[in-house]
Amino acid sequence: MSVALPAVDIARALTRIAHEILERNGGPDSIVLMGIPTRGAFLASRLAALIAGIEGREVPVGTLDITLHRDDLRLRPLRALVPTMTPLGGIEGRNVVLVDDVLFSGRTIRAALDALGEMGRPKTVQLAALVDRGHRELPIRADYVGKNLPTSKGQAVKVHLSEIDGVDEVLVENVEV
Amino acid sequence: MRHLLSTSDLTYTQAIRILDTAQEMARISEGPVKKLPTLRGRTIVNLFFEDSTRTRISFEAAAKRLSADVINFSAKGSSASKGESLKDTAQTLQAMGADAVILRHSASGAAQRLANSHWTSGSVINAGDGTHEHPTQALLDAFTIRQHLRVGTGDLRGLTIAIVGDILHSRVARSDVHLLSLLGAQVILVAPPTLLPIGTSTWPVQMSYDFDSVLPLVDAVMMLRVQQERMSDFFFPTAREYSHYYGLNADRLKKMKPTAIIMHPGPMNRGLEITAECADSARSVILEQVTNGVSVRMAVLYLLLAGAPNEDGEITK
Repeated sequence: MSVALPAVDIARALTRIAHEILERNGGPDSIVLMGIPTRGAFLASRLAALIAGIEGREVPVGTLDITLHRDDLRLRPLRALVPTMTPLGGIEGRNVVLVDDVLFSGRTIRAALDALGEMGRPKTVQLAALVDRGHRELPIRADYVGKNLPTSKGQAVKVHLSEIDGVDEVLVENVEV
Repeated sequence: MRHLLSTSDLTYTQAIRILDTAQEMARISEGPVKKLPTLRGRTIVNLFFEDSTRTRISFEAAAKRLSADVINFSAKGSSASKGESLKDTAQTLQAMGADAVILRHSASGAAQRLANSHWTSGSVINAGDGTHEHPTQALLDAFTIRQHLRVGTGDLRGLTIAIVGDILHSRVARSDVHLLSLLGAQVILVAPPTLLPIGTSTWPVQMSYDFDSVLPLVDAVMMLRVQQERMSDFFFPTAREYSHYYGLNADRLKKMKPTAIIMHPGPMNRGLEITAECADSARSVILEQVTNGVSVRMAVLYLLLAGAPNEDGEITK
């Protein structure tokens, strides 16, 4: 088990992503941040705070539970639903930034795109991930990446955030397959 | 959970999980696109040996919102009217590949019989069996009470709920008694002695013959339908006398707490157990109960059908 990203690096990466989001969208006006629970939701709140710090204005934040749109429901034990929170003002015609902790197969994001469609029709959808670990199974890429982390499929990437885990760190573990 | 047969089978955790899941389903039902791909490719059979409008339509709407295929079977106009048994009907449906059977039957215990048999491999959901239970109705009642009096989270501890009327014939009352008390509410049954079943002394409830004395205590009053089709044995002298002692009217409405809500599982006999004035008042949540019924049934279908079967049938995070 090794620390791939310590707390200071996570903070720097998020600050950079906040700037990149603002730059890409020409300011905070049209931006809506949608976090994918559990940890993506915390990251979205942090990005919102960073953007507010830079621009002095709040951007709407929501959460998006993707459970009902997963394509592996029948293959895995039942999952509990997590509350979805529609951001203030909705997503209609906005530039929506999906926020997740780890980008892996891309299936979560595929489900998230479907779940978004149920809420409305955004102008654009962008993707921010703290870690991109590769091994995509679908044609999906991130617009904003905290760190590209080359891994083997036999490894597990764990993101810990102080909001629920008490500490900020990204770990890479070797798991027996 | 593989079947939903009775609210007395539910644990506290399971009951709360159904209500929480229904909360999320309600959000989807309010959104612009009321459709989820979750149960695509699953077949659900509405097997109704007794008449029903809202329960059958509600289950059908719930299944369709989750993209399941729905087959409706009602005894009228089917081989059941030619004398086909529950067993043969169930086996026929099994041969067509039903993943779940939603059963309404006039015999108490029919759903249990179907679940214990090997006639069908699918989940069985009890949509009313005789005078025994109607669990999804109780779940939508609990959900509606929680929305109004507990801001949509947690349980019903500290609330007092009166169930008024024909307890004897009511499967809704039986399911409600178990579920509401499981969730911590105090249930008071109000009925004339002739309409209280034998053996209620073992139920977790209080009982009263005097509606007026109970009214100021309750947070919700649930009026039951007088089941005129089962009234051949003269349980009360006249409809007018029943209304006088046990009907909800404007005078009784004034005796209730200002926050208390009025519920009815439908269909209503306006003018008998409830006046039109009460049924249509701002305190009435009767139509919300119908809306919530769809969300609760979506939750039940999701929890019974969505995941891969595992050993203990429990949820994972």
